[in-house]
Amino acid sequence: MELTTVWFLLIAVLWTGYFVLEGFDFGVGILLPLLGRDESDRRTLVQSIGPVWDGNEVWLIVAGGATFAAFPEWYATLFSGFYLPLFLILLALIVRGVALEYRGKSAGTRGWDRAFFWGSLGPAFLWGVAFANIVRGVPLDADHEYTGSLLTLLNPYALLGGLATLTLFTLHGAVFIRLKTDGELRERAGRLVRVTGLAALVIGGAFLVTTQLTVGKPATWGTVAVAAVAIAGALVATLRGRDGWSFAANTVAIVAVTVTLFASLWPNVMPALDPANSLTVDNAASTSYTLTVMTWVAVIFMPLVLAYQGWTYWVFRRRLTRAPGGS
Amino acid sequence: MDVLDLSRWQFGITTVYHFLFVPLTIGLSIIVAGFQTAWHRTGKPAYLRLTKFWGKLFLINFAMGVVTGIVQEFQFGMNWSDYSRFVGDVFGAPLAMEGLMAFFLESTFLGLWIFGWDKLSPRLHLATIWVAAIGTNLSAYFILAANSWMQHPVGYRLNPVTGRAELTDIWAVLTNSTTLVTFPHVIFGAFVTAGAFVAGVSAWHLLRKKDVELFRVSARMAMTVTLVASIGVALSGHWQAQIMTEQQPMKMAAAEALWEDETSAGFSLFAVGDVENGRNHINLQIPYGLSLLSTNTLDGHVEGVNDIQARYEAAYGPGDYKPVVGIAYWSFRLMIGFGMLAALLALAGLWATRRGRLPDNPWFHRLAILGIGLPFLANSMGWIFTEMGRQPWTVFGIMRTAAAVSPGVDVTEVAITLVGFTLVYAVLAVVEIRLLLKFIRIGPDAEGEPGRPTDTVPALSY
Repeated sequence: MELTTVWFLLIAVLWTGYFVLEGFDFGVGILLPLLGRDESDRRTLVQSIGPVWDGNEVWLIVAGGATFAAFPEWYATLFSGFYLPLFLILLALIVRGVALEYRGKSAGTRGWDRAFFWGSLGPAFLWGVAFANIVRGVPLDADHEYTGSLLTLLNPYALLGGLATLTLFTLHGAVFIRLKTDGELRERAGRLVRVTGLAALVIGGAFLVTTQLTVGKPATWGTVAVAAVAIAGALVATLRGRDGWSFAANTVAIVAVTVTLFASLWPNVMPALDPANSLTVDNAASTSYTLTVMTWVAVIFMPLVLAYQGWTYWVFRRRLTRAPGGS
Repeated sequence: MDVLDLSRWQFGITTVYHFLFVPLTIGLSIIVAGFQTAWHRTGKPAYLRLTKFWGKLFLINFAMGVVTGIVQEFQFGMNWSDYSRFVGDVFGAPLAMEGLMAFFLESTFLGLWIFGWDKLSPRLHLATIWVAAIGTNLSAYFILAANSWMQHPVGYRLNPVTGRAELTDIWAVLTNSTTLVTFPHVIFGAFVTAGAFVAGVSAWHLLRKKDVELFRVSARMAMTVTLVASIGVALSGHWQAQIMTEQQPMKMAAAEALWEDETSAGFSLFAVGDVENGRNHINLQIPYGLSLLSTNTLDGHVEGVNDIQARYEAAYGPGDYKPVVGIAYWSFRLMIGFGMLAALLALAGLWATRRGRLPDNPWFHRLAILGIGLPFLANSMGWIFTEMGRQPWTVFGIMRTAAAVSPGVDVTEVAITLVGFTLVYAVLAVVEIRLLLKFIRIGPDAEGEPGRPTDTVPALSY
């Protein structure tokens, strides 16, 4: 396999890991005002992701760094082109991270809960907008510079993509809360799984089918089908009280959606409206020396990261019992 | 102001701000790990209390370092896309390595440390804080390797077809002589910072006669750290100056306001210059100081700004190759001055608290509290010096800052993000300082209290 292919796959893996892991973190934040009826509930919800959210967010930082190292042109065009949406994502991630760390240390929690909610909702929507635009193609000139404006990015298809990731991550959060809590909180999360599950099926389905009809490849009908079946599976598993299976099924759904998007891209990394200006795995890539070095680094360290992050989830595998007291 | 100016301001503001938190994180991570190790070895509850107290302040500070760090990575692509295209093949590698090798380690094991007090065996739990601390220090190495490449590019070639820098030797980049001297300088600086912080906060409690024995221990430990680290900073700084004289003579000449080549050059203490005509009106010097500092000999040859300018015009074509001499000169002096004050304060503090003594004069304590700010000022001055002293280059000798900026981003966009980040950062600074003060005031938990060090609320059980 060519190294450019390896790195295209690795970056797809990093984004998949990011969406699977921070996806449920976002979902917990989005569901906080709905599910957290009192301080004790809200504290339980925040604590459900407490030990892991920061490690989950590093998947984004590594995806960014890996894109910079392996496909500098892609990194440069994407980050300077999607300037204002990325600025909003950054602001959201800043206030969200601070909220998660400072909430438990502050006397008042209302402001932090708001920051956690908006800081989760914003990126959950905007990542969908960004990826829909990447897949659809954006105006680039011969120097691979983005020539559109903010409004170019806010087209109906991209907004649909934003809604798709928003509902999918919200569902992921609901399924995760089912898995990590018990009692009334778990019951309420179960009811939300039904609502968000149906929404994710309809909106996500509409987004993926549109993607298939415009830029998709025949093979990705397969991953679209997997995504749909997996979301339905998550719903059924929740109805039957099988929380672990439900979470696993929805994880498969997010993987399938991300695979669909990356497979639609290939061999482009950022298609231009004028195909002559498209960024591809070849013209955006680093030299084979850099890719070789980075491949060795990834081959050694990715399994290690997976091992110790997996171990963390094992250490904190138990359900959270509702905290006594609270206001 | 144009896109270039605004982008430079944004980089300056966000980077200096980010680096307020980084050195404290680096130094405190090791200090907290040290206290927990002492507790693990001796079983004395005092060490557990210190671990948890400093651990809490460490985490408040760590959060800010994390969230402001994401901006740093994104900013290269957002505001400096032509830079990213030009250097990505070389510069992206240490950045990706930092994420993969250091950030994952740091964030994952810190999560385990915070929430793992009653989930992991004591020995394993102690290991988690050490692994997190190692991750933190490791990340500094990679990002300094990336920055050093901008100061002194090695291990690359310029591709004549694409006009871009390409990596030819990753080992050369990771063992760049600039990196090897910068890393200890930054790490020692981080320990000076963390030491002054711990000493100042301890002094605050000593002034109020709260937990006197506990804070005497941490104050003396911290002042020792600051003093020893200050010696490390000075030695590595001296070594750095020599490498800089060789690799970036213009930066050194500007730092000294040395206009013409000289042998037996003096070290300038105070100068008022005429930048336009390239000369000084007033210049108070320590004879032979500069030659000694840069070449280790009294009669060493040191190059001056005007002469280097002429040589660079011959080498790189017409243009202005001088950084802003006033900024280079004063930031360099202030860096050294603030650092020296921090070291002197630690020395005086150690003397005043020798053999069980505790000074009665409240001004001793107040000075130690004020002294918390000194290393932060020195760190900021150091970065302002090293980055502004490199101008007009962004990668020394091969890419100018003016050529690095994003061509597709307009003034309004950069203005929005500049104002946005600055406002959010200002608000967060207030929040963070208030939170730090709150927990400093609360002080350490009562003796031997179990539970996690992070939150005031009762712990949930997993």
